[in-house]
Amino acid sequence: MANPHDLLFRTLADPTRRALFERLCREGEQTVGALTAQSGVSQPAVSKHLGVLKLAGLVRDRHEGRQTHYAAQLSALAPLIDWTSQMTGFWQNRFDKLEDLLRRMDQ
Amino acid sequence: MRTATETLTVTVEREIAHAPEKIWRALTQPHLIGEWLMSIDDFKPAVGHNFKLSADWGAVDCEVLVVEPGKSLSYTWNAYDLKSVVHWTLTPAGKGTHLRMEQTGFKPNQPNFYEGAKAGWPRFFTNLEQVLSLLD
Repeated sequence: MANPHDLLFRTLADPTRRALFERLCREGEQTVGALTAQSGVSQPAVSKHLGVLKLAGLVRDRHEGRQTHYAAQLSALAPLIDWTSQMTGFWQNRFDKLEDLLRRMDQ
Repeated sequence: MRTATETLTVTVEREIAHAPEKIWRALTQPHLIGEWLMSIDDFKPAVGHNFKLSADWGAVDCEVLVVEPGKSLSYTWNAYDLKSVVHWTLTPAGKGTHLRMEQTGFKPNQPNFYEGAKAGWPRFFTNLEQVLSLLD
């Protein structure tokens, strides 16, 4: 499905990646090394996940000496914040279809 | 500990010009459910019955929680990490029915995440999961 949210969903669907992102949200900017230390996966794996997060605009990186620091970019989540109207839209649409069906059941 | 920021509810209600008994059929007969909600494997209006709804974006796992024929119906609505409950209430209104759908979602196991959260942020994960559940 071509949807601007698609990339965000796919990016955050992975539990390890989501954990990294949540940690950056919670604790602020971190180096790859610091993230690796608590992630339970290898540094290359962490770097790969961070790359995917960056591609989705969810993190930005900053180089300082030999270290790369990552920080969460909450603005990337803006398209998802308006969940209520989307959820309500889904059910309104289902109600419409239900009413259509009820009318057809008369015939 | 569950705080208000960890639950959310979406409510849709409508006056429908059909009797509760008829709406009840549409809510509980598999071939009819498939016509308006999502594709469904099997449905029985029996507490504990498991069924699966599916669409091109994925599947929703459900278990019937409450059945009051012609009056109310609840089932879990679990998709991806979203754990939620959909509750239908049918109330006679004139010749028709007041139909109410309330969906409540939970995200119970992330206390640290929420404690550290900034304003506006806490609901996000629940939100995301809700939205995930309705990509359509």
